Amino acid sequence: MTRPHDFLDIDFLLSDEEREIRDMVRRFVAEQVTPYVGEWFEQATIPRELAPALGALGLLGMHLEGYGCAGASATAYGITCMELEAGDSGVRSLVSVQGSLAMFAIHRWGSEEQKQEWLPKLATGEAIGCFGLTEPDAGSDPGAMRTHARRDGEDWILNGQKMWITNGSVADVAVVWARTDEGIRGFLVPRDTKGFTAPEIHRKLSLRASVTSELVLDDVRLPAAAQLPLATSLRAPLSCLNEARYGIVWGAIGAARACFEAALSYSQERVAFGRPIAATQLQQAKLAEMATEVNRGLLLALHLGRLKDAGRLEPEQVSMGKLANVGAALRVARTARQVLGANGITLEYPVIRHMNNLESVITYEGTADVHALVVGGALTGIQAFR
Amino acid sequence: MKICVLVKEVPDAAVDKRIDPATGRMDRSGERNLNPYDTHAIETAMQLREGGQLEVDEIVAVTMGPESAVRALHKAVSLGADRSVHVCDDALAGSDVAATGYALAKAVEREAPDLVLLGQQSDDGECYTIGAVVADHLKMPSLTQVVKLDVDGDALRLERQAEYGYDTVRVRLPAVISVGDAINEPRYPSLKAIMGAKKKPLETLDAAGAGIDVALVGAEGSRVACGDFHDPPAKPAGQIIEDENTDETVAQIVAWLEERKLI
Repeated sequence: MTRPHDFLDIDFLLSDEEREIRDMVRRFVAEQVTPYVGEWFEQATIPRELAPALGALGLLGMHLEGYGCAGASATAYGITCMELEAGDSGVRSLVSVQGSLAMFAIHRWGSEEQKQEWLPKLATGEAIGCFGLTEPDAGSDPGAMRTHARRDGEDWILNGQKMWITNGSVADVAVVWARTDEGIRGFLVPRDTKGFTAPEIHRKLSLRASVTSELVLDDVRLPAAAQLPLATSLRAPLSCLNEARYGIVWGAIGAARACFEAALSYSQERVAFGRPIAATQLQQAKLAEMATEVNRGLLLALHLGRLKDAGRLEPEQVSMGKLANVGAALRVARTARQVLGANGITLEYPVIRHMNNLESVITYEGTADVHALVVGGALTGIQAFR
Repeated sequence: MKICVLVKEVPDAAVDKRIDPATGRMDRSGERNLNPYDTHAIETAMQLREGGQLEVDEIVAVTMGPESAVRALHKAVSLGADRSVHVCDDALAGSDVAATGYALAKAVEREAPDLVLLGQQSDDGECYTIGAVVADHLKMPSLTQVVKLDVDGDALRLERQAEYGYDTVRVRLPAVISVGDAINEPRYPSLKAIMGAKKKPLETLDAAGAGIDVALVGAEGSRVACGDFHDPPAKPAGQIIEDENTDETVAQIVAWLEERKLI
């Protein structure tokens, strides 16, 4: 017998351990996020205590090995992103940026000393990390970045500005990418470094339960040991983005699922013309379409997860996944919003919050357009964006 | 000291419960999970260990059930148990609560625990009796529906939920204690604990291995017979009080409660 909330029995494809992890994160979200997140969104805040709570569960940098990280599978990490984003994209963003961008960058490109210093406290949530690549005038084209670092004796001097940096104002350490005479390099900038500030960006109407900041670097002097020794080109930051995008492939389906479930339950309770609106053909068509998108998106995410765990996942496949799943999630959110009528525009229901969040999710970590061009480039062998 | 926690795999709370008309037993197909009440028993054991007033050397999860029940044990271990014991034998299928209690008691007897904890009810059968049956076989005191538990010298001081208020009981160990869900808030299993659960020792025993007399268990050894069963009666429609004037509404609610001697 099919179940409305797992129509294609995708649960059957998960291992016991994956189901346990899902249940644990789902319970955490149901108890610690969902009851409060409407308020956080309205107040444009996210509690700092969420990071140690997520750390205690082992979810920060969960797919990394060693240094206090759990070494979970890519699939388990994906499932976690999905459950977190069913709560709110802002919560999933916090975990993505911490684990896939800041921690991954240090884990993959950092020195042993940098790993020892930062990874254990980033894993527990005692410290928060951020990742500064995007600039006011360099988004899809990160190679156009203006932030630069020059050598001054043994030290580096950084100048420039980063924009749209999740966790920026609350971060204890920023992974900052800058151009140098030797090429693109990555630096670890501790929060209290002189000349470094991270003013928060206000007046957002999306991802309000998430801290978004500028990073300003004004003659920031860093020792040589602050540079990520293994990162020698733009390939390094792009590898981090690929990790984060993979999580978004899953996360978007969590947001979509939450919207679908809200629409399903609302349609069964809301009576119009003497019967629940779920009894009408037009609403059933919407529900069928939403359920199909959610199930199809989850199958795609799971497939990419299995490929990643097998070491076979290519960046352009992640691009296809992000392009497809965030687009699908946005369609589901908009459809669900209509099913809920006027109630769909309030924070009493999760739908418009997810819908607004997804407008950021479809843009950050590579816009839908850029991902389409990555797929197109891989299909044709012609890079259309250069 | 050693604590045994009795656990059970039950149909997931989200699954509608139904009786299989052919067997008169509960249909336990579909999604299953660790009995939620048992998670409170494990948490109780963990808090006793972490409280430090008692020296808890080991927490052992014990279950009786089909092969799939291993999942419930893994979950118990991820919540803090050190190892687990699985009594699994076709001869046990169809055991009623008395036969199940006997079988569990035999498995627990081998462990010689100082304390046996369990959830006050299973989410499927909801008999509330297994603790008493196990205690009877083990010749230990049985304390049920416990919602507060403190160490009191060499004994435990408990609050049992009674129909009106609480009974306070002091009990020396060993004892069998079933706990209600009000006793604590079970912790989240951490990712590492979930991933490490399969590495913790798990002992599987057949009936003979656990010292169980198979004549006393299974459908043959059970004396409970299901004669007939019915859907629960439909709930009468509730009374809706429209809140037009709050003073009047409050008066109506108070009158309604007084009429039923609830206040």
